[in-house]
Amino acid sequence: MVSLVAGVRRRLPASTLGRNLLLVLAALVVVVLLLELTDPFRNSQLATMSYYAIAAAGLTVLTGLNGQISLGHGALMAVGAYAMGLLLNTGVVPFPLAMLAAAAVTAVVGVVVGAAAARLHGPYLAGATLALAIGVPGLAIHFDGVFGGEQGLQISSPRPPDWFADVIYFLFANEAGSAKYFAYIGWLTLLAVLLLLSNLVASRYGRVWRAIRDDEVAAELAGVPLGRLRVLAFVVSAACAGLAGAVLGIVVRLAAPSGFTIVLSLSLLTAVVVGGLGSLGGALLGSALLVFLPPAVTGLGMQAGLTGVQAAQLAPLAYGVVLVTVMLLAPGGAMGIARALWHARPRRRFAQQPANTHRMDEEPSTTDATEPGGRT
Amino acid sequence: MVAPTAVPRGAATTMSEPLIEGIAGRNRRTMQQFLNVALNGLSQGAIYAAFALALVLIWRSTRIINFAQGSMGMFTTYIALALIESGRSYWVGFAVALLAGLLLGALVERLVIRRVEGGPELNAVIVTLGLFVALQALAAILFGATYRSFPAPFGLHGFDVGGVNIALTPFNLFAIGAVVVVMLALVALFRFTDVGLRMRASAFNQEVSRLLGVPVGRMLTLGWALAAMVGSLSGLLIAGGSLVFPAYMDAVIVYGFVAAVLGGLDSPVGAVVGGLVMGMTLSVVSGYLGSELVALAALAILVTVLLVRPRGLFSRTAVRQV
Repeated sequence: MVSLVAGVRRRLPASTLGRNLLLVLAALVVVVLLLELTDPFRNSQLATMSYYAIAAAGLTVLTGLNGQISLGHGALMAVGAYAMGLLLNTGVVPFPLAMLAAAAVTAVVGVVVGAAAARLHGPYLAGATLALAIGVPGLAIHFDGVFGGEQGLQISSPRPPDWFADVIYFLFANEAGSAKYFAYIGWLTLLAVLLLLSNLVASRYGRVWRAIRDDEVAAELAGVPLGRLRVLAFVVSAACAGLAGAVLGIVVRLAAPSGFTIVLSLSLLTAVVVGGLGSLGGALLGSALLVFLPPAVTGLGMQAGLTGVQAAQLAPLAYGVVLVTVMLLAPGGAMGIARALWHARPRRRFAQQPANTHRMDEEPSTTDATEPGGRT
Repeated sequence: MVAPTAVPRGAATTMSEPLIEGIAGRNRRTMQQFLNVALNGLSQGAIYAAFALALVLIWRSTRIINFAQGSMGMFTTYIALALIESGRSYWVGFAVALLAGLLLGALVERLVIRRVEGGPELNAVIVTLGLFVALQALAAILFGATYRSFPAPFGLHGFDVGGVNIALTPFNLFAIGAVVVVMLALVALFRFTDVGLRMRASAFNQEVSRLLGVPVGRMLTLGWALAAMVGSLSGLLIAGGSLVFPAYMDAVIVYGFVAAVLGGLDSPVGAVVGGLVMGMTLSVVSGYLGSELVALAALAILVTVLLVRPRGLFSRTAVRQV
């Protein structure tokens, strides 16, 4: 087994980009199989998962790699969704362009928020972004002429084009409804985001972000422009949230203030914490939890005799309990546990290990409970 | 020939009287609105001050912002509501809610917070956020997610002053009075009792206090319990005479946090002043711009304070990095 792993490892492309590209292509095959083998209901669940995962991937880079917590990502998704809705409803902007524009608009908002956030840390940043999450939906109500007020903004999502249905039928002999079309849009976007982020994380920027997270003073002494890089991390993360909001807009066909409550932001936080802060794979795992856990616990609750309304609250209850439990027992999340198991097995490959593979080991140390953090 | 000229003149004078009266009336109404906005700000501000004070108490002793405080206050308010709806008096519900707050605070500190104290600050933030969501969902499961009206022990009709009805109700006076009493009690506790001295010592320096024989752990638990009780009080006062639902304290967390930061996060006096300032400012925003912008206004105040004077208005400690 071990020699097999080492053998595979040796045959992988040497460059990070090459490895990541290979991984994303493999993932693409899996995604296509998954979407073609499941029914429209699962397709729409997977579409939901794709936008959660896009936002969570952005958040895990910000919180896990740069140490900045954000409770405002729900609000940033709202910015993306509303921008998407306004652009699509003009009827002239093609949706890929609208998605990019929505991400760009959110990135600009991210510059503003990030500039304020770069000076804050820990509880201050959490409080400020919490205020953002609670305040932004009010804008949609105040300017109800543009954003549709409490009712929200209906979004005219793109219809699946004929060539899409033809291709799906030709390749898999499947019907192609809009649920499938949206799921493809979401997952292709997600894979593109993951490819970009995984390269960014392995690059100079990722390294410097980790340096800032682990020791600000040392990083600054080493010549890292702290403020600029913190803002950059926030902007990258905000752009992801905006893109996630754009996909949400397409899939849900509605942007309404009630869809972007503080619970959305806290769900995203749950996803990245459960998966393991700083890990893109963890973000993917966490977003799967956000989609597939609620129906499961709601079903259990109904069986236990709760009403529908009560059972619907079991999912947020589970999020809260999971957040507390993970932080107390396994602050590294699922990926942290997996990594600990991986390192606990007998080591024989030490001598033949290429030098650059140890980057797997330097993942989040902010989440290690053992770190001395007694600031007074 | 005289009549036609006289009639318009007469008409003009009778026309101008309501006009003048209209302007005077508008002035009076503007004044009255301003007075009402200010009075409303005062009573809201007192409640925010209590909430901010609870945040500051916890921050001073454990360097943690308790984001779950709003949910904890909401939960104990629902306990009071359940008691009142089952036929007990308002005051039984009030007292039980405060005691429940005390207990809940102690439990949360002892069982959860103790294990992240002194660790990475992000972990503590995430844990309190987890409690925030969990308690809110639990309240919705146990007590229902619908809007329910919460009774008030005193009238909710404004006093009449000189024939004008102002926005100050007997319940507002009770709220302000309750907050003042609690603050004086806390001052007395910290100033004049041994327990208060030990609590201050543990907050000031845990190591030295421990060497001097202060049971630091127990003092921290007590501190959380007291803070949670003050948080419960603010929950009860906000609920009084209005509607409660599981998320009704969400915005109050933001307002209380901004008030605490405004006052310097370390200073109880600052928290109280910050709370009053927030109450007034938000009341003005709500009265003149629209209530949906209040949370954004709080965000604007927070960002301004953090950028201009990060240590707040009243902090006496050396400049801390925010």
